[in-house]
Amino acid sequence: MAEALLALSGVHTHIAQYHILQGVDLEVPSGGMTALLGRNGAGKTTTLRTVMGLLKASRGALRFEGRDIAALATPEIARAGIAYVPESMAVFSDLTVRENLVLGARQAKLDPQRMEWILAFLPALKKFWNYRAGDLSGGQKQMVAIARAIVEPRRLLLVDEPTKGLAPAIVQGLVAAFRELKATGTTILLVEQNVTFVRSLADSVAVMDDGHIVHAGPMREFAADHALQERLLGLAMGAPA
Amino acid sequence: MSVPMIRLLLSDDLPRSRILAVLLVAIVVGLGVAPFVTSGPRALNAAATICVFIVLVASYDLLLGYTGIVSFAHTMFYGIGAYGVGIALANMGPTWWAVFSGLATALLVTLVLALAIGLVSLRVRALFFAMITLAVASAFGVLASQLSDFTGGEDGRTFTVPEALRPGYRLVESAFLGRDIDGRLVTYYIVYSCSIALFLLLLRVVNSHFGRVLLAIRENDFRAESLGYRTVVYRTLANCIAALVATLAGALMALWLRYVGPKTMLSFEVMTDILLIVVIGGMGRMYGAAIGTTLFILAQNYLQSGMARASEALAAVPLLAKALHPDRWMLWMGILFIACVYYFPSGIVGRLRGAGK
Amino acid sequence: MSDAIVPAASVELPGKAPDYAPLLLVPAVAIAMIPLVGSFPAWVTLTVAGLAMGMMIFIMASGLTLVFGLMDVLNFGHGAFVSVGAYAATLALLPLAGWASADSIVTNLAAVAFAIVVAMAATGLVGWVFERLLVRAVYGQHLRQILITMGGAIVTEQLLSVIWGPDPIPLPLPETLRGAFVMGDVAIEKYRLLAVAVGLAVFAAMFLVLNRTRIGLLIRAGVENGPMVEALGYRIRRLFVGVFVAGSALAGLGGVLWGLYREMLTPAMGGEIVVMVFIVIIIGGLGSVGGCFIGALLTALAANYAGFLAPKLALASNILVMVAVLLWRPAGLYAVARR
Repeated sequence: MAEALLALSGVHTHIAQYHILQGVDLEVPSGGMTALLGRNGAGKTTTLRTVMGLLKASRGALRFEGRDIAALATPEIARAGIAYVPESMAVFSDLTVRENLVLGARQAKLDPQRMEWILAFLPALKKFWNYRAGDLSGGQKQMVAIARAIVEPRRLLLVDEPTKGLAPAIVQGLVAAFRELKATGTTILLVEQNVTFVRSLADSVAVMDDGHIVHAGPMREFAADHALQERLLGLAMGAPA
Repeated sequence: MSVPMIRLLLSDDLPRSRILAVLLVAIVVGLGVAPFVTSGPRALNAAATICVFIVLVASYDLLLGYTGIVSFAHTMFYGIGAYGVGIALANMGPTWWAVFSGLATALLVTLVLALAIGLVSLRVRALFFAMITLAVASAFGVLASQLSDFTGGEDGRTFTVPEALRPGYRLVESAFLGRDIDGRLVTYYIVYSCSIALFLLLLRVVNSHFGRVLLAIRENDFRAESLGYRTVVYRTLANCIAALVATLAGALMALWLRYVGPKTMLSFEVMTDILLIVVIGGMGRMYGAAIGTTLFILAQNYLQSGMARASEALAAVPLLAKALHPDRWMLWMGILFIACVYYFPSGIVGRLRGAGK
Repeated sequence: MSDAIVPAASVELPGKAPDYAPLLLVPAVAIAMIPLVGSFPAWVTLTVAGLAMGMMIFIMASGLTLVFGLMDVLNFGHGAFVSVGAYAATLALLPLAGWASADSIVTNLAAVAFAIVVAMAATGLVGWVFERLLVRAVYGQHLRQILITMGGAIVTEQLLSVIWGPDPIPLPLPETLRGAFVMGDVAIEKYRLLAVAVGLAVFAAMFLVLNRTRIGLLIRAGVENGPMVEALGYRIRRLFVGVFVAGSALAGLGGVLWGLYREMLTPAMGGEIVVMVFIVIIIGGLGSVGGCFIGALLTALAANYAGFLAPKLALASNILVMVAVLLWRPAGLYAVARR
């Protein structure tokens, strides 16, 4: 079995005096999408932020491609090939869409071919190219944030609730985007509450509760086990699309 | 004095360190007998300044060390107290009535200003608040210089004090241990006893429930807010108490100097001195104010002659000689200050208490 | 950075209108004062004086506001950089006394330019030491920042006294920069024009750097959301040092201009002006260079007009302008930093 791209073992994270992550063991296999599900407050966002180095783990090991990243600073973790799309305040409001995307390209130039590919499944970006990102709607901002994260090829994409508050039409666009990304070999770790969204996209699933992982396995099995879904998430995913 | 009485007096905030306790007793006793173990006006002036500044610095520590607020308006309140009494005595004649009405007016003005600053500015971040207090204090200083008819402008005003406080007054005809029991002595002991009283009052404040809430707010104001304490109210109250005590200190100083002036009472130099002492003595430790002030003022008065001698001795190395010149006293204080902020956040007293356990 | 990637914008969507109101403040106030001042020549003198002073304050304050916006650090010792710049200028101007007293404007300007370069280099170095030694240790701790930077300012000022002595030092203006252009009744001082020109140049340069270069892009993004910029792989800590040094150098430039304006240097001169600098950056909005520009001009003009119309009010005019602006926009003219 191939070694996991990202592996957390026994990770604890504190925020002030609150013990948020209480021993997280998570393995994200290379290629495909892993969905991280769980109730509000379970610690999903904190997990992503800890991986990204925005929060320091108080205990435990984090390995990416076999490398220990727990002690690295956020810029180094990003340079190792991990991109992060946070739930809110992802885009820079005072900058235009173009400037936001340019920041995603550490080579300082946008690769025309890559941009063409991105614009194919996120066409709305064309319209807002020179607009101030802060003037866009929530869904449009989300698209900018995702586009910026993939302007250059990444090994791992951490995405936090991309569909939150978005209209179904926009969500469709995101589905297309993620399918494209998977096809190019990018591994995605996706935090979501919208379980329908992930059911068709994700290959594996991990469920968090109270700061640790309570279930991990292939999505197919999880999607078929309604009783398990009810128990862990308090709801079932519904019939397959 | 029995131990329970001492505990009551000190609001249960015992020195908890032999060295500290010895130093504090030495300070209290030393200041108490200063008029009789020294001669000449200079030493007595230093002693009186120490008394007043201990109160002034302790009141600032209430803000900085206990509540975690940096305010540059503290000298303003000190000046208000001084000018209140001074202007009243100058305009209303040298009576006790003038002293108290001047003081009352000053306290009122302070209260209004402290409330205004507190309620308006304490909702903003610490940096913002610090800048705003700096601007307000600076404007006030300018105002005091401008309204020269009232305040005596840049040069300040001298005034006559009530009869009992004047140098010519004699409480007792004969001298005692080399000092005339004159008005200056009376003034000195008024300053001394009021300073002790105010210091003990501040001790009571910081060791009360109120004081503990302030510390909690300083540590983590979100938490305190979530526990139900309206942080704005507490901070404003702390601001007001500190300001009022500073005003009283100013009044005492005015009575002692028989003079008020912007340089002595409103200048940024005074503010820097207070900051230096608070940090070096120990933030969040009332006794730090006492020890720090004593050391600072003694050094300021007596160390500088040592510096002068060293400077002359090093005349061969011009740069070093200039650096040790007594006027450059602030240079070394500044370095000590930085070192304390860096390494000793709890100052001298913190070290002593840590060592004395 | 190619716009060729994307076809020319097709659909025009209504974006939010740019925020023009603050831009009108300075012209509005200036024009409103014409009837109040009465005499046109007097108005011109006051306005030019205000603009010149405003430019100098802007130059001094611009670095401070950017450092705050980007690094969340407020350097209470910023005034020390102003003093250092002015004193460093003497290092250049005194040896070049020949150039300074020559009768050719080119030589004079060359002397001033050289003094500026020396001053900015010296102040930049002091700024680097400041950041390395003092500021770096207290990132994120505002209380200690205030204290330690104040301590740094005290030590710096005292060192200036040690090296140059505590007494005021004269810094005479070069010959051709003295005096005024006279056109009929109106007199405009030459040096003030120079100050305005330098101020505009600095503003233009900052504008270009912030809006047209990659570093500027990083700074603007970093001011808004530093951790996100790091999450994109940029080591903005390194940028911090650069911005801090640049900010100090700018303060040094302001110090040179101001020192020449007063023709007199004292170690505490930076401390005297620092309150006004703080007021200006509060008015402008912490983190906004444009707001700082407008705020500086506004405050200086107000001080000059008040000095003419209501002298007792003049020294409090700064505070009054600050209160007025904050009542209109509590976060300053252009609130930038999302803090």
